[in-house]
Amino acid sequence: MSEADTAWIETALTSARPQAVGALLRYFRDLDTAEEAFQNACLRALKTWPQNGPPRDPAAWLIMVGRNVAIDEVRRTRRQQPLPEDDQAISDLDDAEGALAERLDGSHYRDDILRLMFICCHPQLPATQQIALALRIVSGLTVKQIARAFLVSDAAMEQRITRAKAKVAEAGTPFEAPGAVERSERLAGVAAMIYLIFNEGYSASGDTAEIRKPLCEEAIRLARLLLRLFPSEPEIMGLTALILLQHARSAARFAGDGTLILLDDQDRSLWNGTMIAEGLALIDKAMRHRRSGPYQIQAAIAALHARASTPEETDWAQIDLLYGALEVVQPSPVVTLNRAVAVSKVRGPQAALDLIEPLAPKLANYFHFYGVRGAFLMQLGRNDEARIAFDRAIALANTSAEAAHIRMHLDRLIRDSQPKAKGA
Amino acid sequence: MLYAILCYHDEDFVGSWSKEQDEAVMKKLAVVQEKLTSQGRLGPVARLLPTTAAATLRKEDPPLVLDGPYAETKEQLLGFYIVDCKNLDEALDVARDLGAANPGGAYEVRPVGVFRPGGNLT
Repeated sequence: MSEADTAWIETALTSARPQAVGALLRYFRDLDTAEEAFQNACLRALKTWPQNGPPRDPAAWLIMVGRNVAIDEVRRTRRQQPLPEDDQAISDLDDAEGALAERLDGSHYRDDILRLMFICCHPQLPATQQIALALRIVSGLTVKQIARAFLVSDAAMEQRITRAKAKVAEAGTPFEAPGAVERSERLAGVAAMIYLIFNEGYSASGDTAEIRKPLCEEAIRLARLLLRLFPSEPEIMGLTALILLQHARSAARFAGDGTLILLDDQDRSLWNGTMIAEGLALIDKAMRHRRSGPYQIQAAIAALHARASTPEETDWAQIDLLYGALEVVQPSPVVTLNRAVAVSKVRGPQAALDLIEPLAPKLANYFHFYGVRGAFLMQLGRNDEARIAFDRAIALANTSAEAAHIRMHLDRLIRDSQPKAKGA
Repeated sequence: MLYAILCYHDEDFVGSWSKEQDEAVMKKLAVVQEKLTSQGRLGPVARLLPTTAAATLRKEDPPLVLDGPYAETKEQLLGFYIVDCKNLDEALDVARDLGAANPGGAYEVRPVGVFRPGGNLT
């Protein structure tokens, strides 16, 4: 088998995975059995597809083969056990494939994938376990790949996933078809989980950004998949737009030495125009529904940045308004802090500082609060106070990139406060 | 005679390509396109954005806009336009105008990701 053949098959298996594992999970009602069945079907695919050519519907093929192999397994190991209904092993796959594809009607297919995604975002699972589990069972990344993206050892990741699976099994999986309310709750949980995956990649520091980029790409793939299943959900459009617009900037976000480059200083010619176009198109679609929500608002803010070909062209007044709207639907001191940056551009640093002063008790341990506060104070010429704020920010920095960025401000402060020759 | 060559594939599959795989395919396609260009035979080439970015205008009275691509199989693709628009609303306005001139059927309105105008063909 040539390398090109293998690559083709692997892509087909990856793209069919959520649907196939989702259907096998519905059938077997057990995650491990479903995964194993899928794995066995993949092994068969690797053997037969190069000779017989690709099946017309790879997902249907994998579901059927996975089911048959698992049923054979049951038959071998537990001869006394009654078999599940519909246990006819189908020998001529090509003929049966079409019929099975017919049976996988739209709503089943949709709920299968949603269920598979939903069991990963069980509220009892901490965020990192949710992400790891989703990457393992929905995306099908190997433990090794996930461990690499999380910068932990394979053994630690294996343990994390095993623990997450145990919790999911304990909690029990909802197999009945969800009602409308239940479905929309699941959808919201899954959207949040996809955004977590994205942020896990996006919040990487410069030296790890390249390694963690697959997390962002996987989040985009899952968001598009979810949107294809629920094409009229404006918040899913908003989520997809938001992560596309953020990821579009990835080539411009870090300097060669790994330091973070802020939006204002980024080389906008490095932004990915196609991703921006897709993000903007999705916002346009979402807006038509006149059902605003946090993802749409954040995407609209990202869109205003994306539309500005230079930082000066940014519509800060509109961004201020959008953050105001976000404060209403999702009140949080961090949102207000972000809004303050827009306010500083529209109404000056004093107005911005007034806005964030009341946040001090809530954000006393938040790196960005002191970074932003220091920047406003610096703009007001209150350099001593600015320096104190920046020092505090460095002490609270989570990554070396964050600390390095604040140090740059500090250096500028020190430089500017030194006596200069006129006109220098 | 001018021929339109319309590209069909499984979007999930193409969407699962890595950046490197995608670029490799585009590079191979570029070789074929360059040959046609040098012969003065290649017109516009477009790569459309994913169907998730599409909206569909059903040419009823009044026209109805639905999210997503045109999914029916009982009608056939009869033609297409490439129009420069500020946003989706403007594109839908154009589609409404066209629909008023020729009712029945539907227009799928899909943003274009990559566009190369190509040579002037007559």
